[in-house]
Amino acid sequence: MKLIFNFVFQSTLYMNQKHQEDLSHIRSMMERSSRFISLSGLSGVFAGISALLGGGYAFQLAKDNGINLLDGTNDVYRPELIKQLVVVGFFIFVFALFFGILFTVRKSQKNKLAIWTSATKKLLLNLTIPLFVGGVFCLALIHHHLFVLVAPSTLVFYGLALINAEKYTLSDIKYLGIFQALLGCIALFFLGSGFLFWMIGFGVLHVLYGLILYNKYK
Amino acid sequence: MGIIDKLHKEFESRVRLGIMSILMVNDWVDFTEMKSLLDITDGNLASHSSALEKAHYVEVKKEFVGKKPRTSYRVTNTGRIVFTSHLNALEKLFKS
Repeated sequence: MKLIFNFVFQSTLYMNQKHQEDLSHIRSMMERSSRFISLSGLSGVFAGISALLGGGYAFQLAKDNGINLLDGTNDVYRPELIKQLVVVGFFIFVFALFFGILFTVRKSQKNKLAIWTSATKKLLLNLTIPLFVGGVFCLALIHHHLFVLVAPSTLVFYGLALINAEKYTLSDIKYLGIFQALLGCIALFFLGSGFLFWMIGFGVLHVLYGLILYNKYK
Repeated sequence: MGIIDKLHKEFESRVRLGIMSILMVNDWVDFTEMKSLLDITDGNLASHSSALEKAHYVEVKKEFVGKKPRTSYRVTNTGRIVFTSHLNALEKLFKS
């Protein structure tokens, strides 16, 4: 009798464990197939550092032209300086993207996860659409010489792009998006300080977010 | 005993659970991607997916992309209902 009881007890225990494993397998498969989970925190940190370094260079560039980007006044930029700033911005973007891809590919290799899946494609598509629209919007602002609106607009569109991409990657990204969009909205009311807000958003927030993400998914 | 009855025999294998889980949160998923997500062999995936197809839980589409054949899977309505009840039964096991 005791033997039978023991057998039943043991097999229930075994079945329980199997079902528990089934459930966690189901959860991980659902997540892995629908979300891009290899996004590395280090990508964020390096994007932030690129922005801070590039921003520092831009500050110096403006200073050489007799403009203090941090004094809060609404300076009229010369077209020549604007061209240089656009080039600096482009290089920041390329560096951030390069390190972003590098660390993320490394993380997915370490976790033995496929990188070019339909989840990745969905993530990129949903990031790119708002960013592309934002890019065209900012080019139009530059075209109409509304330079003071460029920095706040980049923050707003970038924030919205991240919020939009939230469904296809680690959902923590939406908090970064909310903060960026919020910062952009505030910056719209302090037009002379666009540079400062831009540095906080693309520099400081990226580094902070990257570190938090890195620690959370180590 | 009631709860155990609702655990469907078709989903006992880990591979079938995996296939159903992936299809629940995606639309059409093709053979290659399914294989790499589950990290299993061609034959293994083929046999389990055809079992699910026979049970009418999964719908199979075969088409040609250029000269290469491509097989894709999608969950059917029946499959969605049955798998959901299987999940609920599993979860109930741990609540009780």
